[in-house]
This record gives sequence, C-alpha cells and structure tokens, in this order.
Amino acid sequence: MAQFTPDDFMTVAAARALRDGVTLFVGIGLPSTAANLARRTHAPNMVLIYESGCIGSKPTTLPLSIGDGELAVTSDSVVSVPEIFNYWLQPGRIEVGFLGAAQIDRFANINTTVIGSDYDKPKVRLPGAGGAPEIAALCGEVIVIVRQNERTFRERVDFVTSVGYGDGPGSREKLGLPGKGPVKVITDLGVLEPDPDTCELTMTQLHQGVDAEQAKAATGWDLKVADDLATTDPPSDEELAALRDLLDTQKAAA
Amino acid sequence: MAELLSLPDAVAEVVRDGDSVAFEGFTHLIPFAAAHEVIRQKRRDLTVIRLTPDVIFDQLIGAGCVRKLVFSWGGNPGVGSLHRFRDAVENDWPVPLELEEHSHAGMANRFAAGASNLPFAVLRGYVGTDLPERTPSIKPIECPFTGEQLTAVSALNPDVGVIHAQRADREGNVQLWGIVGVQKETVLASTRSLVTVEEIVDELDPVPGAIVLPHWTVTCVVEAPRGAHPSYAQGYYDRDNEAYRAWDPISRDREKFQAWLEEDIYGAVHS
Repeated sequence: MAQFTPDDFMTVAAARALRDGVTLFVGIGLPSTAANLARRTHAPNMVLIYESGCIGSKPTTLPLSIGDGELAVTSDSVVSVPEIFNYWLQPGRIEVGFLGAAQIDRFANINTTVIGSDYDKPKVRLPGAGGAPEIAALCGEVIVIVRQNERTFRERVDFVTSVGYGDGPGSREKLGLPGKGPVKVITDLGVLEPDPDTCELTMTQLHQGVDAEQAKAATGWDLKVADDLATTDPPSDEELAALRDLLDTQKAAA
Repeated sequence: MAELLSLPDAVAEVVRDGDSVAFEGFTHLIPFAAAHEVIRQKRRDLTVIRLTPDVIFDQLIGAGCVRKLVFSWGGNPGVGSLHRFRDAVENDWPVPLELEEHSHAGMANRFAAGASNLPFAVLRGYVGTDLPERTPSIKPIECPFTGEQLTAVSALNPDVGVIHAQRADREGNVQLWGIVGVQKETVLASTRSLVTVEEIVDELDPVPGAIVLPHWTVTCVVEAPRGAHPSYAQGYYDRDNEAYRAWDPISRDREKFQAWLEEDIYGAVHS
C-alpha cells in the first residue's frame, strides 16, 4: 500500500464526508483541498461556492487563494461579495459550510481571531473572521477540518469567532441561528461529532492505527469516546493518487 | 469627467495624511501599484479599509503609513500569517495599530450601505460571537415590522476609494470583470476615488459580466499596467502565487522588510 501522512488521512476522510451534488461553501486551505479531492473522486456534481463570489467552480488546478482566476473562469456564475453573502448564504440556500479553525472547543465554537486572553495584547494575532461567522450560522450544516492537538482543542476558545453550539444544548435556538451547526469535526486522528443530548464533541471514529488514548491526549478537555467507536479505512490507492494529482496541479501552476 | 493622471500625481491629489482609504479588490484586481505609491509618498496616520488585508496592507502597515485598520480577514491566503500586521498588533512595530474588525458579510454590507447613503446596513450575522463586544460598529437592532432581532453595522464612507480595473476609456469610464468583489460599492461609497487600470483604450468593448463605472463617478484614472501584481487581472495576467509565497520570509523579518522597502519601493521610480 502507498505511504501517506496523518494529513493525507484527514484530507481523504474529510473528502469522504461530502455527498455528491451537495452545495458547499468552501473555506481556503484544508477545506478547499478536501472539497476538490471529493469533486475529483466520488462527488463530481458537488457545487463549490467560494466567498469571492464564485458559484459552481470546477477548478482543474488547486487554488492557493479563495479567488484565484481558475475559480472564476470555471464557475457557473460570479457574483459580487455583498451578493454572495446576502442573496446566497443568508437565506440558507447553501447546504454545507466547510471550515478550518485555529482553536475549537468542547461545544465546537471556533476561534480564528486571537490566541491569549487579552484581545488588545494577544499572544498570537490570527487572521480574523473572514466569512466564517455567517457560514457557521447560516449554512444548513457545518463540517470542520482541523488538526487535533492540545493547543487547538480547548475547553473554551480564547475568542468566539464563529458559533458552534455556544454554551451547549439550546444555545443555537436561543441565539436564533438557523443552521444545524457543526455535525462533524474531522481531524488527523479521527472524527468527532456532537453528542445528541449534550452537544459536546465526542470522538466517534478513529483513523486506522490511532488509539483512543492518543486522541484524549491531543484534546484540552476530558474527551468522551463513543461506545460504538468506528475505524476509518485508510486512504485507498485511488484516493491517494487523486490527492497527489490534485496537489501537483498547485505546484505546476506556481 | 474623471481626470487621467500619472500615478504620483493621482496619489498626491486624492490621498492625504490622516485620510480613511479603502483599497478594494477581493483576491483579484488588488491595487498594489497605488498602495506602493502611497508608501513612496510617505502618507501617515491613514485609516486603511479592506475586507482581506492581504500582502498589500502588510506592506502599508510595515512601512508605517497606517494608524488604524478596518478589516475582516488578515492573512496571506494559502500561505500563512501577515507578519508585519502581527508585529504591529503584538509589538506595536513600527507604530501601534488600532483595529476595527468585522466579518466579510458585515464589511460588504457596510460598503453597500455607504454606497446607498444609508447610516447602517442590516444582516443576520455576528450573533453569539465575541465580535460585537470588541467592535462598536456592530449593534443589535429590532425589525420594526416583525420584532425579530437582527444585527446592524454602520456604513463605510471612506475619504478615498482605491481600486484596480482592467481598462478605462479616454473619458475615464472604467470597466472591470471576473471577481468584482466590493469595488463598485467602494467607489460609490467614497468621497474621492482613484482607479488604476491595465490599459486605456479608445472604446470599451462589452465583456460578459462586466461592471462599468461611469466617468462621473470616478475622481481620477491612472494607466498602470500590471498594477495589480502579484494579484491578477483576468484577461491580462495570472495570480503570481510564487510571489505570495516569497513574501512570507520578507514579512517575517524586520530587516528583510526594510531592505525590500528601500529596494522595491523607495528605490523604484514609477515610470
């Protein structure tokens, strides 16, 4: 079998979570790589939507930014930025939002703003919100892709940039957020899903070769592990070949 | 009619110390040449406004032109951090940087409200996040018809709007296409505007999906070929992804950044 890294495993597992035909609001970086891998493998009819206003992009090369020319010229439609958020995201037309995170907490709230408790003097200044707060609020559901380690998986995030399940059960309803929120968090170790009763992120799946202790050690809260823990099949040769091809298109374009 | 000027003359005329200046272009058509001229003319105390600060604002911030940043996402797309921006926030270098931070949806609506001469825009956004606590230009508002709680964001009306477009004609009518971002809203919301273009032509042939800004909405137009590089101009040149990657080591190091300023900005005389 071909060699692969934990990141490859994560990208392939995330790609598998995307249904063919789904309308998907794609964040840049890991989400974009996984979305484009899905489109090249089992989900050729997925509708990729980027915050740059590109609707139905079918890029032949992997974009570095969310607004590479390749996205625009292969789109069904290119609209302005006010329009993509107001007419397309806001009414709930987009089924799945696909986001990354710098920190994520027990209730799947996401921080991409600052690390450290003092906003004015942060330890690390992160890029900020971008499209994420409204994607997390308004898409039908959200999938998060993020590497799992103690720095990233926190009891509480330092800053709530995008709301997952807020303080727990009932929070989204109280806030009036129409979307379901994060249904899956896909990492380099496995998959977490919110507990149906407590909304707490629970390890429901481990990638083959990873054990529960590893996942607990990589989590900054007392991680619960599902009784019926599933195992992710390793990337197939076809999936890995498609991922290599995809990553090569970015190198070739550079 | 928009004035057709050289880049140094246009910047000298429309961008003043202490101004609020929006530089728009969402990944595409980013007005790098105009920003470089602002650095070269050593403008100070600017409030700079842009959804995606990107490398262009890393340069303006590192050069000391900026007092305040109004933005929604400050990174080098697909590459990593903007280290001049981080150095300013984390270490006050070269000068302290005040932040006013939003989401893209909020910023886009603020420009649309500014273009519409409304004091604010309404959206479904920000609820439950920590942003309203940090950003006074985000407030809850009740719908007067249904009582529903929504979010208001104050309008943006910059002193100057700066954009890059594919072309203009000799009267100064401006045509742009591809990813059009919030450029139209930026020009219409701003008191003065500066548009750099790839070329000035006799006739603007129609292009599918293009926006035309009539000459009477634009203050001045400058011919600046490759004026969006390392960003791109659809139909003219591609995004220089390698240059975005190459920016990372320059941005990480104050001395390398200073050397870049001396060589590529102060040392380069605009033709």
